[in-house]
Amino acid sequence: MAYVAVKGGERAIDAAHAWLAHDRRGDPAMPQVSPGQIEQQLGRAVDRVMAEGSLMDRGLAALAIRQAQGDLIEAAFLLRAYRTTLPRFANSEPVETAAMLVTRRVSAIFKDLPGGQVLGPTYDYTHRLLDFIAGADPAPPQEAPAQPAPMPPAFGILGREGLVEPDAPAPDSAPFDLTREPLAFPAGRDARLQALARGDEGFMLALGYSTQRGYGSNHPFVGELRVGEASVCITPPELGFAIDIGDAVLTECQMVNQFAGSRTAPPQFTRGYGLAFGHQERRVMGMALVDRAMRAGELGEHVSAPAQDVEFVVSHCDNVEATGFVEHLKLPHYVDFQSELETIRQMRSDATRRCEERGEERSDAAIQEPPAPPSPPLDCHAEAGSQ
Amino acid sequence: MSDALLSARGLGLRFGGITALDGVDADLWPGEVLAVVGESGSGKTTLLNVLSGHMAPDAGTVWYRDPAGARHDLRAMPAPQLRALHRSDWGFVHQNPRDALRMRVSAGGNVGERLMAQGSRNYGGIRAAAADWLRQVEIDPARIDDVPGTFSGGMLQRLQIARTLVTHPRLVFMDEPTGGLDVSVQARLLDLIRGLVARLGIAVVLVTHDIAVARLLAGRILVMQGGRVVETGLTDQVLDDPQHPYTQLLVSSVLQA
Amino acid sequence: MTYNFAYLDEQTKRMIRRAILKGVAIPGHQVPFGSREMPLPYGWGTGGIQVMAAVLGPADVLKVIDQGADDTTNAVSIRRFFARTAGVQTTTRTAEATVIQTRHRIPEVPLHEGQILVYQVPMPEPMAKLEPSRAETRRMHGLAEYGLMHVKLYEDIARLGHVSTSYDFPVMVNGRYLMSPSPIPAFDNPKLGGMAALQLFGAGREKRIYAVPPYTEVRSLDFDDHPFRPVRAPGVCAMCGSGTSYLDEVVTDDRGTRMFVCSDTDYCGERAAMQDAAE
Repeated sequence: MAYVAVKGGERAIDAAHAWLAHDRRGDPAMPQVSPGQIEQQLGRAVDRVMAEGSLMDRGLAALAIRQAQGDLIEAAFLLRAYRTTLPRFANSEPVETAAMLVTRRVSAIFKDLPGGQVLGPTYDYTHRLLDFIAGADPAPPQEAPAQPAPMPPAFGILGREGLVEPDAPAPDSAPFDLTREPLAFPAGRDARLQALARGDEGFMLALGYSTQRGYGSNHPFVGELRVGEASVCITPPELGFAIDIGDAVLTECQMVNQFAGSRTAPPQFTRGYGLAFGHQERRVMGMALVDRAMRAGELGEHVSAPAQDVEFVVSHCDNVEATGFVEHLKLPHYVDFQSELETIRQMRSDATRRCEERGEERSDAAIQEPPAPPSPPLDCHAEAGSQ
Repeated sequence: MSDALLSARGLGLRFGGITALDGVDADLWPGEVLAVVGESGSGKTTLLNVLSGHMAPDAGTVWYRDPAGARHDLRAMPAPQLRALHRSDWGFVHQNPRDALRMRVSAGGNVGERLMAQGSRNYGGIRAAAADWLRQVEIDPARIDDVPGTFSGGMLQRLQIARTLVTHPRLVFMDEPTGGLDVSVQARLLDLIRGLVARLGIAVVLVTHDIAVARLLAGRILVMQGGRVVETGLTDQVLDDPQHPYTQLLVSSVLQA
Repeated sequence: MTYNFAYLDEQTKRMIRRAILKGVAIPGHQVPFGSREMPLPYGWGTGGIQVMAAVLGPADVLKVIDQGADDTTNAVSIRRFFARTAGVQTTTRTAEATVIQTRHRIPEVPLHEGQILVYQVPMPEPMAKLEPSRAETRRMHGLAEYGLMHVKLYEDIARLGHVSTSYDFPVMVNGRYLMSPSPIPAFDNPKLGGMAALQLFGAGREKRIYAVPPYTEVRSLDFDDHPFRPVRAPGVCAMCGSGTSYLDEVVTDDRGTRMFVCSDTDYCGERAAMQDAAE
């Protein structure tokens, strides 16, 4: 069969796109799911995609989820790419989470505290029994009080006794912006938290879990977990004062961690912090655990665990980057591989020659035979090749 | 003081409430071995770190005289220059050789690295120099391609010494170079160090808690306690006729062989 | 929706061009830049695409190759991206292109002044496998401390008799910076030095840009007594007969029969056409 250079890449791609679109739609006899339905009824997926896509827009996130056939990393990627085309016209003022209109607030370090423990809509105490019968629409929750009780953060109680590290003073320069500038190491806490804020939930969950199992443990407690609506304010230069431009549903976790004290500081509790769009408890808790683990170096603790290795964590937490690079291995690499083939062939022939010079038999089978199981080392004295 | 290789005056360093160094003076002349002795917490390792530029003191200055005769204040020296110094004119032998060696690089690669870092580009020449140095530290040159993971503790330390001396440094800092080795291995290593240092005319600042090591290797001695130098002088004089009560305690607590 | 020319907004392009200028001013030095998410994934050429978007103009003629071929799927995808967002003319002819984006090969035909070659780079740091900490490698570049790289070469020679790196072979640029030429086969390295065209390197995921200006000295690392030797499959192309171009190995049946074909499809096609015309 004569060799003909492979053509038709363009047609192949077109056909692949068409097939994908067909697959995505599924059975045409079924109604197509609407972004509105996704947004309303698969809200946690929407929240996750907003966080990892780094864009707070429920409608767009829902659209992306549909376009990605439910692949949430693919959906986050779609949001990120869209984000690139959006102009930046302001930075918000720091969000005042203490003034949040709270749906849910729990603290594990106090039995009760001002404002109370408010369970809110949570999976925590559900029994994980698959529900095969979707019944009538559930009743709405009871009305929230017109004037909700103030809910000061739990950390304030510790702070008043001086038991917790004080907040760092407000920096005089603008915080690092991970979406605009490339990260350099050593990375400041602002850069690290931003990386975690858009990092893969599974990665942070696993690393946080590892700290609990002894890989860099720091005795964490949930000081406070709160979910609710917070005001977003900007200060337009034309006005010179802050205006409220809307609300964001946020989940915030503040972990209380141990700190043994050093030669220069008395023992105090330290903090790990997590924040995300929407309702995402697992995410912010993992984030807070990893945030605190990454502070080990600056707190003078022994750095030994993966979660404490800042470069390791921050370089690998972005799943859009990760999936791109991992999946790029599917791209043709045959040119590089060809070089490898030539190198290994040369090494093998060198090894054969060396054996022959010593008058010894080569120990593997002849090349002409069909593929054999892995052969013993070629070189008479040492293994050739592999790293 | 003007022709001393390394000079320190009034060194002070505190870690919170702990005084690590207090009013420490020291001088090192070319080709001499200076031992710094004391128990744990005496400040001897801190002194070594300050003299080698790895730590900055709160008070005092360290000067280094380069081969051209110019004096440099270590604290004023830019980081790149200090790093270059550590790779060429200076050496540092760590207590644990695994801290200084590349454990997955062959013995030859470990010894040759400083040569390559300085621009050597002849493979044969680098290899020959590495083999020669392995011989000088009494490691069988046939092991030049072996990875240090297969070496004993004593061999690792000798390999570290070869790796450090290959660029003929004028000044070497040694932190408990025989710590962690058993007695017979120590003796052999000390003999080796003594021979190399004498033959190559290297100046050494040697930190040790072991009086016997100081007596064997050092011409002069600094005795430290609680961050201060309590006694200094020629090793034999200080150890044979200690004046300060702490020195007397140190000397008397050594079991006589 | 309509996009700005070549997708990126003008501010972003300006930021990228500033990084490119720094790169050209310091040949081989990696310049960090604010890499944006693009509609193609990280690892699939976003760095090259962003560099391309920043230098492309309406009058440019674009060629995109992957593994030396214009027709591979990712080359098609990228070419389409620019056709759609920039409307520029595209070509498969190396000599006709003003800007060429490439993955893993340098074209066989020598490039001329005025052309720009944009490389896709997965890992811009040449010492990444030896020293995973970027903070440390940054220091090493700043102080020109490249002993570690030579140790790696020494180890290869000690163990195997020759250097084992066959692609992405590290080079010294302008006698100062150690650079990764991207995963081109070592065979292509000699083309890097003294090239008449401007060479730009973009790493999107790692967020680095670097450059080799025209007529710059680029030397593959070696020892005096173990000089660098580029390697290619021994043989000639079954299509055009070239004995000097880089060859791909093609397996033609399930008994392991194989043949060799030029990796550079444009070069091969031109030669074959000339031979047909001559007959």
